[in-house]
Amino acid sequence: MSDIQYIHGKQPHPREYRLIFRNVDRVGWDPSLHTYRNDGGYEQLRHALTMDPKAITDEVKASGLRGRGGAGFPTGVKWGFIPPNNTKPVYLICNADESEPGTFKDRYILHQDPHQLIEGMVISCFAVGAKLAYIYVREEFPEAAHILERALAEAREANLLGHNILGSGFDCEIHVHRGAGAYICGEETGLIESLEGKRPYPRIKPPYFPAAMGLYMCPTIVNNVESLCHVKHIIRMGGEEYSKLGTPRNTGTRIVCVSGDVKKPGYYEIEVGKLTMGELLHEVCGGPKDGRSFKAVIPGGSSAKIMRCEESFKIGKGDDAKTLSFYDLPLDFDTLAAAGSMAGSGGVIVMDDSRRMSWVLNNLNKFYAHESCGQCTPCREGSTWMRKITDRLVAGTAAPSDIDTLNSIAYQIDGKTICAFGEACSWPVEAMIDKFRDELISETSESNEGIAHSAENEAQRRFLQPSQS
Amino acid sequence: MSESTTEKLPKDLAAENGMVNVQIDGNWIQVPKGTRMIEACKMAEKEVPHYCYHPKLSSPGNCRMCLVQMGMPPRPAPGEAPSYGENGYQEIGWMPRPVIACANTVAENMGIRTTGELVETCRHGVMEFLLINHPLDCPICDQAGECSLQEFSVEHGRGNSRFVDNKVKKPKNVDIGARIRLDDERCIMCSRCIRFMDEVADDPVLGFTDRGTHTTVTVHPGHLLDNNYSLNTADICPVGALTANDFRFQMRVWFLKETKSIDTNCATGANTVLWTRGNEIFRVTPRENNEVNSCWMPDNHRLNFHYVNSEARLNTPMIRNKAGVHEPSTWAAAVQKAAEHLRIRQSGEIAIIGSGKQTNEELFLLGKLAETLGTDLLTLVPRFGESDGKLISADRNANTTGATLLWDTEDPYAKLDAIREGVRSKRIKTLVVFYENILETAGFKEADLAHLDLLVSNHILPNGTAKCSHVVLPGASFAEKRGSLVNITGRLQRINKAIEPPAGAMDDWEIIRDLIAALDKKAPPLYLIEDVLKAIANEVPAFEDQNFSKIGDLGVQITLTGETIPLLEAEYHRIERGEIVG
Repeated sequence: MSDIQYIHGKQPHPREYRLIFRNVDRVGWDPSLHTYRNDGGYEQLRHALTMDPKAITDEVKASGLRGRGGAGFPTGVKWGFIPPNNTKPVYLICNADESEPGTFKDRYILHQDPHQLIEGMVISCFAVGAKLAYIYVREEFPEAAHILERALAEAREANLLGHNILGSGFDCEIHVHRGAGAYICGEETGLIESLEGKRPYPRIKPPYFPAAMGLYMCPTIVNNVESLCHVKHIIRMGGEEYSKLGTPRNTGTRIVCVSGDVKKPGYYEIEVGKLTMGELLHEVCGGPKDGRSFKAVIPGGSSAKIMRCEESFKIGKGDDAKTLSFYDLPLDFDTLAAAGSMAGSGGVIVMDDSRRMSWVLNNLNKFYAHESCGQCTPCREGSTWMRKITDRLVAGTAAPSDIDTLNSIAYQIDGKTICAFGEACSWPVEAMIDKFRDELISETSESNEGIAHSAENEAQRRFLQPSQS
Repeated sequence: MSESTTEKLPKDLAAENGMVNVQIDGNWIQVPKGTRMIEACKMAEKEVPHYCYHPKLSSPGNCRMCLVQMGMPPRPAPGEAPSYGENGYQEIGWMPRPVIACANTVAENMGIRTTGELVETCRHGVMEFLLINHPLDCPICDQAGECSLQEFSVEHGRGNSRFVDNKVKKPKNVDIGARIRLDDERCIMCSRCIRFMDEVADDPVLGFTDRGTHTTVTVHPGHLLDNNYSLNTADICPVGALTANDFRFQMRVWFLKETKSIDTNCATGANTVLWTRGNEIFRVTPRENNEVNSCWMPDNHRLNFHYVNSEARLNTPMIRNKAGVHEPSTWAAAVQKAAEHLRIRQSGEIAIIGSGKQTNEELFLLGKLAETLGTDLLTLVPRFGESDGKLISADRNANTTGATLLWDTEDPYAKLDAIREGVRSKRIKTLVVFYENILETAGFKEADLAHLDLLVSNHILPNGTAKCSHVVLPGASFAEKRGSLVNITGRLQRINKAIEPPAGAMDDWEIIRDLIAALDKKAPPLYLIEDVLKAIANEVPAFEDQNFSKIGDLGVQITLTGETIPLLEAEYHRIERGEIVG
């Protein structure tokens, strides 16, 4: 890796392990097929096409690769959910709807290394028996869509796509589909509905598990951009060798996207679990801005639960249990889950002591109220209600009881919706109240109790309490 | 244990019959494999409140009102056999997260809790969410009294509101079609109407626009909700978002009396409810009958009742005097006048025209009248159009099948041409007409009717035929009488009396009975309509052993005509494919 030169000012940190981002910001690199092939590109595809498709799935299972989109579900296991006696066509969908606030990893793959994704996708299609695949690109990535179209055309030209790929007898086609600007299209069943030309209303599960009843009611595998890129490297290294990267059960590398109040925000590819939160924030990202100290971190995209930097966590059970400070937490799926949050999509949002938590929460609530698809009741009504309360909190017209109402609204949504958006919009609220209750209460005033916040409300109050009007 | 190995476990006993055991609120019941949890709860007589779920439509699971707690036996460790308790069931491990009862199916040894803290918390939450942006305009809302939002509010609501912010404003009083009005603020986005128009009416004009809390039901650009099945959307709307223009602001539903009846506008015989107050019909809605009309009904049929309330209804028998003017008379005089003429005529000079909309009892007695008069010139007036491929039959007469059976003929319309020709050629001198304005429906000419020595006709509204008649006998509408009809598939169904006929009018079967009695003193006495059906049951094989109680609310199949109802066929296919419960 030492022979690779990176653009000045964008060199990887020494603690990074560049696998997926190997070519990102590389000197002399462009997204063309020529450049990619000169670097040994598509050799893994050539190799994979000689393998038994089931062996590829087994390699992916052996690698322990967990989905990089947010839920961290084992990719190989997901592929194994296609019904064994299936006679319908199988589809593969690449979820490039990277819309989780704080996450900006996939766009660099799409912009700078599209052929890595295409190679990973064709290998994955071969493994799951899909002859047709889609890349669902969010509307906000117009350039990525153009680059992908160009790359797909190049690949088609070179017989890396289309009929009888590289003489193997395997046919595979990939299409780019552009979204229209909705966060919910990143939810896999919402994405499928959108791809079918409908409103992206997530489907109920059961019965509509995509691996059995997905796109056009056929078995469908939906994987994140980064996950599909990893497949190529798993074929190159072998599943077992790949699984030595990172830590057991949390294998491989992953790209963390650090934003907010650090000296050097950006994307960093690290071995999963090999870095602690402290190492990432202080060492890799250069620590807090001068004169500031870290206050809170959202570790896995905006829907992950916020964590206090001075907190410590009890990780593990029984004899293995140990107490770790926030900065000692290793950045992997299981530890962050045990600490009450999640690794999610890898978007680390850092807030220092200059930040008002009420403003942060209101910002998140605004996003989720705006993006709720409106299909099911709790999320549709609850997300906006929470936003209205935090609007008042920020404006200084909230009462202490509003914080309790806010908390109870979040719990009325959490776990009761069709898709995970319910958790996405309620977890930030639950966690914020759990961790920063006093700060939120300090921005409320008892004198706001019972005052009217709307004309209707005022009319009702006068009607019910005429003596006080 | 040695005993239990020889005994069959409950799961094996159930599986033999294609059933599974489900524990619902502590009680074990057997339900068919593949049953939805919500239907299993219904079988156990446990109500699971719901808005979006409708057995005839697909289940999107979007209202979240039917959340229940579910449990399954824990999966045994590899190599370990599942353990069964003394009652033969495995222990249930309850899930911490609720599940929707509408779209999930039962499994062996499943547990369902429709009460308890988790379930109640969910329902409280959903009710609160549904109401925060609802206008709460119940006092002026037509749905009040039959609104699921009101009903479940009472049982699962909070009683007070914690919502102090501005409500979302949405379009109100939206004109989306000729017969339906939309209030988007009342809408709870259950999508029943959207799914109905798409899946049942095959006219997907409704959809959502905007998103999140601003989600709004509307018609697609350039389209209107003007399908002939549009009013069904108002029936299935659980709230007051979609209301029928015809019924809007006419009457509070709690003042209305419900009478079960049958649609007499075509041979399908859709089951209906007549909603009346005093002596007035306010609306007609479909009633579920899975052998006839599922839950639906065409708009033009349900709206075809206003004539019953008409001011112009004939309300006294009339006899035309020598000057050609109709004078009010009495029933005794009118029947006597008709009988006098009928008695002196030769059989070939008399003809009887009945209506395919009449009940079995009336048609049977018309047959008896023809027998008494010794004429075989007895016919109905055909009314054929095109089937709409759903619920409207090509035969717009409600009781053609009944006439076929009662008169033992293949074609109850066969004699019409001969009668028309007989009247024209003056061979027929006396004509008895029931329920038909033959000038309009049977091709008779006013000049031809003028040849007749006697024209006796029965109507409920004044018309050309009545005007030409020597004796006019005011009758009762479908809502004002009892009786039975046989629909196109051969199903015997009954209509019930919802309101009284106008003061001087008479139930039609009684008019025919009185005519027969005036002509034949030895005719067996018939006091009640039950006596007529009893006579039918004795004489007509297909009706053997039938009586009104037996017919019941849903009817009985007395013959198979081989005809099918297209909408039901489509529904069976959807049930087979597992898309709907049915």
